[in-house]
Amino acid sequence: MKQLVVISGKGGTGKTSVVSALAALGPKKVLADCDVDAADLHLILNPDIVETTDFFSGERPIINPEICTQCGLCSEHCKFDAISKDCSIIPEKCEGCGVCSFVCPVQAVSISPRKCGQWFKSDTRFGTMIHAKLGIGEENSGKLVTTVRNASAEAAKAEGAELVLVDGSPGVGCPVIASLTNADLALFVAEPTITAVHDLKRVHKLTEHFKIPSMAIINKCGINAEQENVIRSFCSEKDIILAGELPYDTVFTKAQIEALSVVEYDPEGMGKKMKTIWDKMEKHF
Amino acid sequence: MKIAIASGKGGTGKTTVAVNLAAYLDSLGIGISFTDCDVEEPNAHFFLNPDLNAEKEQFLPVPKIDEDKCIGESCKKCIELCRFKSLIWMVDAVLSFSELCHACGLCELACPANAIGQGQRLIGTSVTGKTGNINFTSGLLRIGEAMSPPLIKKVKELSPNSEVNIFDCPPGTSCPVVESIEGADFAILVTEPTPFGLHDLDLAAQLMKTLDMPCGVVLNRSGMGDDRVEKYLIDNNIPLLGSLPHSRTAASKYSEGGMLYDTIPGFKDIFADIWKSIQDQVSKA
Ligand code: SF4
Ligand code: SF4
Ligand code: SF4
Ligand code: SF4
Repeated sequence: MKQLVVISGKGGTGKTSVVSALAALGPKKVLADCDVDAADLHLILNPDIVETTDFFSGERPIINPEICTQCGLCSEHCKFDAISKDCSIIPEKCEGCGVCSFVCPVQAVSISPRKCGQWFKSDTRFGTMIHAKLGIGEENSGKLVTTVRNASAEAAKAEGAELVLVDGSPGVGCPVIASLTNADLALFVAEPTITAVHDLKRVHKLTEHFKIPSMAIINKCGINAEQENVIRSFCSEKDIILAGELPYDTVFTKAQIEALSVVEYDPEGMGKKMKTIWDKMEKHF
Repeated sequence: MKIAIASGKGGTGKTTVAVNLAAYLDSLGIGISFTDCDVEEPNAHFFLNPDLNAEKEQFLPVPKIDEDKCIGESCKKCIELCRFKSLIWMVDAVLSFSELCHACGLCELACPANAIGQGQRLIGTSVTGKTGNINFTSGLLRIGEAMSPPLIKKVKELSPNSEVNIFDCPPGTSCPVVESIEGADFAILVTEPTPFGLHDLDLAAQLMKTLDMPCGVVLNRSGMGDDRVEKYLIDNNIPLLGSLPHSRTAASKYSEGGMLYDTIPGFKDIFADIWKSIQDQVSKA
């Protein structure tokens, strides 16, 4: 079983549209949406949720107002300004460090595990999908991404699937590192803009560091010839195989509105281009 | 006035709106401070091209154990209490993994021997500068550093207070966004007229509700998709501050790091209307 992770450094380059198109092609696979902060893949794949699991990370303090004397010690010591003037915890700011419960002279603070989100196992028309939802204002997406990655590898093993196709997290931080763990191949979706090229170079440093072979797709070709060339020469310089180039086209948006991948929405046009890209990728796997 | 510019996700045009609004207001003679709070992927400097002063390293206080004072194996209080596994017992001493430390201060508070003092760990750099009359401040998280909120806080503190202060927020709906929005009077949410755009906008709007932050929406690339975002705004009683039309010229201009408000016909009037709507909304709030 091979693991392919699609990443882009920055958001908005069309990564999720590319993932949904690849989902419609190739062998039997398991899909994993690791963009747990703002998952969008489900909007195209329309999953039927089969299993829901709560995700816990860290701890959540609760102040019992019956016991609290409003002495203010906890809020004085909380380094994260997570306790309001009326002595209640502001969950979006709390890091769960436990200082408040330690300093409280009357034991008014209790601590319980913190539910940060949920993850799901679902059926889709392209195979099993593992995805997640991080609670609003919650942190530790890296740990949730790891949970999604592990669950998708397990599902692939159980089903005998040849491929795990991962929609990676944006950025260069902890979530994308978690997305890339154990990957056999990273696919960059690059946009020919000055900012996206810069972010591509940053995220490539990560794949280089983890020694993950990489390929790239240039999306939205036609908006900036100069930046397209910058990407092409960057790829040849860094041994990134160019899997293909896709034109700047509203067909991705139109497919998205119909909740379809471009392979389904435009099989003769963009669908064929994606098929060529997939064939080239498969060869290098 | 403090305005935060956010979006549920990257790539919707958040930085476009932030830099163009700043430059437009500057052209009116309004004093502006611009803070790029996206310390993981700062982008605004590509468009604003500020003259920058020397970078400054930024540190987070982490514990430093004084082995002479530590009473050792019979105690281990600090190790037991640290929620982030940042301290461990190694052979005959307390060892600190400062990378994991959240700087909560609990170990220092708990140490019965006063053996814990302050060390520091480098979290990234900050930089200030000027672009015309705009005060510019940004930061860059050290690669491998997991926690961005402390650096965001520092960067915001370095930004001088002007008549209008613009915080360009990181994407997503977790801690870094919460830290970036802190102290703002109003938030602009930038989105696109697509299913992905709507889904991400909904997450951002939920966060604003949790934080009790008044907000309005700027629709980017309007005309490219459908009208479900507009319907959502009406149903949820969120004001539409303005729409930037979908245009290939704008996409090309953006791709080379160019400004839109003074180069694309009609955009200046749109930013004038957005500014007027913001003032109306803030005076209402
Ligand atoms: S657990 Fe820590 S961060 Fe949370 S409220 Fe208590 S002291 Fe503050
Ligand atoms: S330290 Fe305890 S008693 Fe004092 S304000 Fe906090 S919760 Fe209340
Ligand atoms: S709490 Fe203080 S004395 Fe106890 S093990 Fe830690 S450093 Fe040593
Ligand atoms: S400051 Fe907090 S996180 Fe850091 S080592 Fe001490 S207890 Fe652990």
